[in-house]
Order: sequence, then C-alpha cells, then structure tokens
Amino acid sequence: MKKTLMLAGLVAAASPVLAEDKPVLTVYAPDYFTSEWGPGPKIEEGFEATCNCDLQFVAGDVLPRLLLEGDKTEADAVIGLNTDVTARARATGLFAPHGQDTSVLTLPIAWTDEVFLPFNWGETAFVYDKTKLANPPASFDDLLNAPDDLKIAIQDPRSSISGLALLLWVKAIYGDQAPEAWTKLAPKVLTVTPGWSEAYGLFTDGEVDMVLSYTTSPAYHIVAEGDDTKAAAIFSEGHYFMTELVGQLRTTDTPELTQSFMDYILSDGFQSMIATANWSYPAVIKEGFLPEGFAALPRPEKTLFYSETEAEALRAPALEEWLAAFGN
Amino acid sequence: MARSLRQLIPAALSASLLAALVLGTLGAVTIRAGGFSALGPRDLDALWFTVWQAAVSAVISCALAVPVARALHRRRFAGRDLLISLMGAPFILPTIAAVMGLIAVFGRRGLVNGALDALGLPGMTIYGAHGVILAHVFFNLPLATRMVLHGWQAIPSERFRLAASLGFAPAGVTRHLERPMLRAVLPGAFLAIFLVCLTSFAIALTLGGGPKATTVELAIYQAFRFDFDLGRAATLALMQVGLCLGALAISARLTLRAGFGAGLDRPPVAGLTGGPFTRLIDSTAIAAAALFLLVPITLILARGVPGLADLPASIWAASATSLGLAAASTVLTILLALPLALAAPRTRWAEAAAMLPLTASALVMGTGLYLIARPFVAASSLALPVTLIANAALSLPFAVRLLIPEVRVLQADYDRLAASLNMSGWARLRLLTLPRLARPLGFSAGLAAAFSMGDLGVITLFSDGRTQTLPLALFQLMGAYRMDQAAAAATLLIALTFGLFWLLDRIGHHADPR
Amino acid sequence: MLTLDNLRLEQGSFRLAADLSVATGARVAVIGPSGAGKSTLLAAITGFLAPASGRILWAGQDITRTEPGARPLSILFQDQNLFPHLSVTQNIGLGLDPRLRLSPADHARIEAALERTGLAGLGPRKPAELSGGQQSRVALARTLLRARPLLLLDEPFSALGPALKAEMLALTAELAAEQGTTLLMVTHDPEDAAALCPQTLLVAEGLAHPPQDTAALLANPPPSLRAYLGA
Repeated sequence: MKKTLMLAGLVAAASPVLAEDKPVLTVYAPDYFTSEWGPGPKIEEGFEATCNCDLQFVAGDVLPRLLLEGDKTEADAVIGLNTDVTARARATGLFAPHGQDTSVLTLPIAWTDEVFLPFNWGETAFVYDKTKLANPPASFDDLLNAPDDLKIAIQDPRSSISGLALLLWVKAIYGDQAPEAWTKLAPKVLTVTPGWSEAYGLFTDGEVDMVLSYTTSPAYHIVAEGDDTKAAAIFSEGHYFMTELVGQLRTTDTPELTQSFMDYILSDGFQSMIATANWSYPAVIKEGFLPEGFAALPRPEKTLFYSETEAEALRAPALEEWLAAFGN
Repeated sequence: MARSLRQLIPAALSASLLAALVLGTLGAVTIRAGGFSALGPRDLDALWFTVWQAAVSAVISCALAVPVARALHRRRFAGRDLLISLMGAPFILPTIAAVMGLIAVFGRRGLVNGALDALGLPGMTIYGAHGVILAHVFFNLPLATRMVLHGWQAIPSERFRLAASLGFAPAGVTRHLERPMLRAVLPGAFLAIFLVCLTSFAIALTLGGGPKATTVELAIYQAFRFDFDLGRAATLALMQVGLCLGALAISARLTLRAGFGAGLDRPPVAGLTGGPFTRLIDSTAIAAAALFLLVPITLILARGVPGLADLPASIWAASATSLGLAAASTVLTILLALPLALAAPRTRWAEAAAMLPLTASALVMGTGLYLIARPFVAASSLALPVTLIANAALSLPFAVRLLIPEVRVLQADYDRLAASLNMSGWARLRLLTLPRLARPLGFSAGLAAAFSMGDLGVITLFSDGRTQTLPLALFQLMGAYRMDQAAAAATLLIALTFGLFWLLDRIGHHADPR
Repeated sequence: MLTLDNLRLEQGSFRLAADLSVATGARVAVIGPSGAGKSTLLAAITGFLAPASGRILWAGQDITRTEPGARPLSILFQDQNLFPHLSVTQNIGLGLDPRLRLSPADHARIEAALERTGLAGLGPRKPAELSGGQQSRVALARTLLRARPLLLLDEPFSALGPALKAEMLALTAELAAEQGTTLLMVTHDPEDAAALCPQTLLVAEGLAHPPQDTAALLANPPPSLRAYLGA
C-alpha cells in the first residue's frame, strides 16, 4: 500500500501547482475544452490577466454532473453547453441571468435568452475533399438522391451534440417526411460514430467521402494547415444552427467574480481569440476577429433553428424516426 | 483451524472491496434514482444483440484458435516463441488504436478492399454487426489460442509417443488425444471470451455501423448521457451483472481444472507431425493468424511514426502521467489479486469475488462512487485514487484467473513441505509464494499495466481537468482536428503499452528462470 | 514415546483405526498393501489430516491439534522435498529458521551438515543441478539440522536405484542412531524392513497394528500381509 501511495503522490506532484491566496472561479466544461488544443487555456489566460483570480476548469459531462450535484455543486459557471440541453439545464433552476446586452450579438438568428449566453457558433454541414469529390451535393435533396456509393459518416444523436443537430436539421427541412429522408440517407451512411472525433478521423483517413461536421471546419485546414482542399457543402435548404453557451450558477459563492467572467465572454479580448481557439464563429464578429481564410468561407443562405422548447419536444420522436430508419 | 481462517483475512478484505465497488455502487445509483425503471423494447434489443454478438465472437475465436494452436504446437521454426508472444499483442492493444488499425486493413480504403478492387472483385465492408465481431475476434483470438495451446502442451508427450507406437493415423490422434482435450479446454475459453465481449463498450461504437449494434453497456451510457435516466441505467446495469454472473456460474461448472495446466512446451513427437499436406495446413493457419493479428498493429504503428517528432511537449507529460498511473494501478491489482488467488483453491467465494468487476458497468461504477463519496470529499480530489481503484478492479479478474492454476500447482507441490518446515506469513510469501509465482505475477502485472495505459478514463465525473493521460490527449488531439498528431500519439501509446507489458513479463521470467 | 490413542482417521469412505505406541529411539517399518493407509497414517501424525477422533501424543504431550511445523518431527515425502528455486544452503537453512535469517553460526552448522551428508561444496547449487541421490542427501541434511526427535519417511528414496536406495537408507539409519531419533519408515520392500528396522507396524484392512518384531512378522505373516508379499 505504501508503494501505491508513494506512486500516487508522484503522479499528483506532476500536475501543476495551484496558485494560492487568489479567489477561485470554478467552471465546468466539456472534455475537449481543457486540453492544450482546446479553447480552455486561452480563456483562462485571457480572464486571469484581468481578474486577479484563479480560473479552474473541471472537465467532464457538464449537465449530468450538474444534475447529480444539484444546488451543492461547486461550479460557479458552466461553459460549453449546447442548445439541446438548455431546457433541462434551465429546469434545474440553478442558473442566474447572464446580465449581458444580447443586442451586440452577430448571430444569424435572433437571441434573447437572458440565462444562457452564446460565445461562438457555426452550422452543421457535410465536409468533403474538393480533390476527391468534384461535384458535391448542392442541397440536402441532392445528398439524399446521390448514388449509394457516396459514403458518409455521421454521429450518434444519443451520444453526440452534432449527431443530435443532424436529427433536428433533417426535421427542419423535411418535417413529416423525415422518415423517408432517413430511409434514403441510411444506405450512404458508412457508419455512425459515438462522437465527432471518430467520424472526422474517418474522413481525413479517406474512409468516407463526406462527414457530418460544421460549416466552420474548413477554416482549421485553411488557417492552421494552409490546406484549402477541404470544404463544407452548402445546401440550398439551409443549415442547422449550433451554438455553445455559458451560464452562471445562482449558487456561486463568488457572485461578483462570476459576473465578471460573464462580462468577459462578449468582450473583444474573448471574441477576437475564439475563432481560431475553437474553430467557430465568434458570437460578436468585428473587424479583424476572423483570419482571412476564415472570413472567406462560403455562408449558407438560410439558417435553420428550433427553439429550446421545440427542440426538446422533437428530440424523442425524431430519435425514434432515426432509429427506425436504421433498422432498429 | 484459527490460523487457516486468519490466512483468509486479506482475501476477505479484497473481496469486500470489490463487492462494494461493483454492487455497492450499483446500489447507490439505484437509491439515487429512487428504484429501477422499466426497460423499453430497444433495451431488450440491446440485450439480445449483446448476448448474440458475444456468443458469435466467442464461437469464432475458439473455432479459429484450434487450427492455429494445433499448428503452433506441432511446428518448430525459428522465431516461434517470438511469434507466439507477438500474437498476444491485440489482447492488450488500447481499443482506440485497435479500431484505427482494423479500419486501415478492412476499411473501405483499407488493404483488403484495395486488393479486392485490384482483382476486380466486389469490396467488403467492416461496418456493422460483423465489424463488431471481427474486432472482438481480433482482440480475443490471442486469448483463445493461448488457452488451447496450453491444452495441447498439457497432454503428456508419453501419450503422443504411445499413439505413435500404436501407429495411430492423425485422425486417431485427433479422436483419442486431441478431442478430449478440446472438450475440456474449449468451454472455458468460450465463456472467458463471451464474458469479455458481453461488457464490451468502445468497440461497438465506431465499427457497429449504426444503432442496430447497441450493446447493454452502450445503452447504459446513453440512458445516462442522453436521457439522464439513472433508474434505467441502474436496471440495465443490474441486467448486465445478472447476465455475467449467469455466464460465470455456467463457466465454473464447465471448466475442467486439468484444462488449465501450464504445459511444459515439449517438442512434438516425431511421426505425428504429418505429411506435406498437414504441414501446408499448419503453415497456412500460422501465416493467416499472424497476418490477421499483426498487420493492423503494424499499420497503425507505422502511420504515426512520421508525426512522432512533431508531438507537442505536453504529450510527454501525459505519457509520464499514464506510466505513473499504470505503475500504481499495477501494484494495486497485484495487492488485491494475490490474496484472492491464494484463497481460491480453498474457498469458492474468492474466485467469484474476483470475477465481479467483469460484470460491472464502468459508468455505473463511476457514478455510484461519485454519489457515495461526494457528501464527504470534493470529487476532483478523488480523481487519482478512484482512477487507480477502477483500473485495478478491471484488470483484477484476468490477474486472478492467470494466477489460480499456478497457485493450485504451488499448493499441491509445496504446501505440505512448507507447513512441515513451519514456514508461514511473510517468510512464506517471500521465500516461496512470490518466487514460485513470479511468472504469472509478471504476466498479470504486464496485463494490468497495459489495461491501465489504454484506459480512457470513463470515470469523467472525477476528472479534475488537469490530469491528462496519453489516451485522453490522443482523443483531444483528434477532437482538435490534429489527426496526424493523434496518429503519432497512438503509435507512442502502443509502443509504451507493449514496452511496459514486455518489461513486467520479462521481470517475472527473470525472477523465476525455470 | 509416540502414542496413537484410539485414533480414527476418515477420508471419504476410507477408514483407518490405530491404537498403539512406538518407543523412543525405535526404528519401525510401516508395511502393508497398497491403499491400506500407510501414507494416511503418516499424514495424520504429521498434522496434514485431522483425525475424526482420538489423540496423538509425543512424550505424553497431546499434539493432535498442533500445527505441522510445530510438531516434534520431520518428514520426508515421496517427492517435492526441496524448493527448486532455493539453493542447497537455503533449503537446508529452512531447517534452522523458516524465515531464513541465518547467522554465521547457522552457516557453519549448514556446512557441517553438508560435510556429514557428503555434499561438501555443493551449497550454492540449485536442486536441479544435483543428482537424485544428492537431492535426497540435501533433504536428509535438513532433518539433521532440525534435529526433531521423530523422523517420518514416506518412501522418499523410492525413485532411486536399489544400490543408491540402500545407501540412503543406511545413512538415514546411521544419522537416526547418532541422534537417538525415533524413525518411522513406510516401505514396500520387506528386505528394507528386515535390514534396517527391528520392528514393523502392519497397516492392513482398516487397522494399524502395534509394532511387532520384524523378523517374526516376516517369517510368519498374517494372511493380509502374505497376499501382499506374494509369499
């Protein structure tokens, strides 16, 4: 036992030493957020430069954790929630208004929610390689009618946000005809992955021709890799809006600090950095916030979006339609 | 008699810890949920798919293991020992890397389809239920081959010599020597693999092709994540525990102890190795198995090599963390497994307790631990101990299974001598038990370290957001579009996992040079 | 004196009764048909088999419930008398201290025992590096150092050739005589019994008979023994 404890001590010592004496702001965030390659470190750096505090991210399944903890949660704020879970998050009664002026937002849809504040956004889209797919579908209909040897990878709506967004996207375009749309799409689906990463990996490996991702995905390849062969197929029916949100907890023991974090979200410092930190559009776009290649990305003509209540009501039946189409 | 009871105390402690970990956590989740909730038809589909795919995977693994093990038993060639060791590699390969490797071989743009295409033949797809089975066979064929090969080696060579002197044709050898051995060994191998496949989670995810391939463990995950329905998660977990315990009970009845003999690996008896035709069959079996098991690993290793130099510095820190965690959870595994293995020949409950973690849902275990611990301590301060205990618990069944046959041999051979010399307690452990069990201990430690290295940290509830392991970093690289760096991280992960396994196994051999 | 007081042994359907004593310093052969219970009787005396009833006494002291290692006896089994992973010195040293914490004086005693059993210089070797006869000598050297008043032999030399077996038995008898050890020795060979053991304990038909004069017993064996001896 002693040996184990010793080793455990060594491992613990390897993690960074925490700053002491400063007030601590605890923010729950999704797993991807806190890695060196996620937006977490830049947000932490930006906020700590002004707050004289210690911003600590706790990574994991944000909502299940909040639901388990209830009002005993240690979180002061949560970041990275998606619109698909806000209804349940709101129902906990744990959240306080964000207190920001939402009229400064430059989203393609109107946003008036007083509790959950968007910090970046994009739309679902199928991404392809221009050198391999010369004539990508120009509409969702085109995709449904494409030959079945056009293979795509999508994500499971039960475990992935983007997978769930696809359900709502199809519902928004096809409404009652969604089951037929799924039946047409199913033969082209090479596989359904649990999360976005696995599907995108299949795409970059050349295993699939198109992958369910975001309109902003090509920006990474263009800006970070100087590779302009990847593009999002823009569909005439429009694309489903996805945004990531911040909320502050009513139960925070440092209300002023938490409020100043909320104030930081829409500040130029945060918004000018988020495009390349999280490869998505800033919630407030100003001159110079988007690198050149990013700003030049093609934009859909229409943005589709369900309100939180509509989405919550559609979730279960849309899932049933999806499951049925995949033969289950 | 008081003394023999006292000797069981460490095993009882270990067993209680495991019972609390598996059943106690399930209880905590159920209480929090306010009871079990009813299952839907989809859950029953998941149950059926789980049982079906596990059974098919186990049957195929066992069926393929027979010709491969027979060929390995009959043939002697340069590099045979190395090949046998290498062919065990998939069993300890981190899942995430294995899936990448299988896709590189069997995927739409993989080697197999490339060859089929070049020959003008229609392609095949790996995605679907058969993809899940293919992956399970890939993982478990090494286990099955090993068990069957041990069976062959345990047939005394005198029997083969007798058969040769009686002029048996190969068919006669099969009928009188090999079939009875297989009858003794295969049920055990089948059930071991069946159990491993029952609780498989990650494999089914990408290769399953769609929601048809939903396993119970995946359904638990979805009940928790998508619906936050703890009651359903608890019911599913209970179902999984019941299913596994049922399979274990059957396995305990069917497995013949003799089948587990370690075998002495004597060279085959001349005259029974067959003519050119059987030689051709054997060569084909060995070559096919080696290709099937080794090409995916080689491809995935090679793919990441160019990116190794570009890996960010933090990867090395994550590697160090993973290695430290693996070392600590290995020590813990052995500390928990050894008392149970030593007690197993004397009490039935010891082995049963050791098998409990096989039945557990990692997600329910993590959630339950969280619910139990949270009123007392901050979850993030428990990240380390919880990760260690969970990792140790998950590799413990394998360690105990590996140790038990050797413990039986040890006790049969030396219990009386040790007792007559009044060796007991630490002296006995130091002078007799540890040196004589060094080989299975080294092997078990290697497995435990490998499993821990590949662990993605399913227990994210305890994550402190700072401790980054290598598999987690790999996943995060993928999540940040950095697929080439992720491939390099996968190469590093495989290399470190195998290296650690090899090192510990070697230490075991070195400590007991028989 | 070893006393088996109304001893009843049971193993499954097997039953054996013994009510007898063996005098201190005696050399007694244990003889009887295969499966009659010779080894079972030794196992009970050693403490590996708890009797169904009755008592085992040494010098008047009840040792029925004493742990095997704490009984005033040493035993040599048919095989597995040495630990293969320990050196000859360590194997013998276990006779002095089961934890193998050996003082320089202990090492000197081990050297002397090696000398006495004809193994001088072989201390660092592992058992596998020795011949069968040498391995037997190591086990014997250990009993020499343990110096327990009672020595039980469960056919430890049966795997050796006839000449070597005779030599080992002679050495054992010699050492036992030197130390005044009481010797109980299972054997299949009436000649061994006749050569080494003035007394013989017959185990047959569920009963261990009290020791009798070997020569007389062999000259006029009871029917159960006669069938076994084939005489």
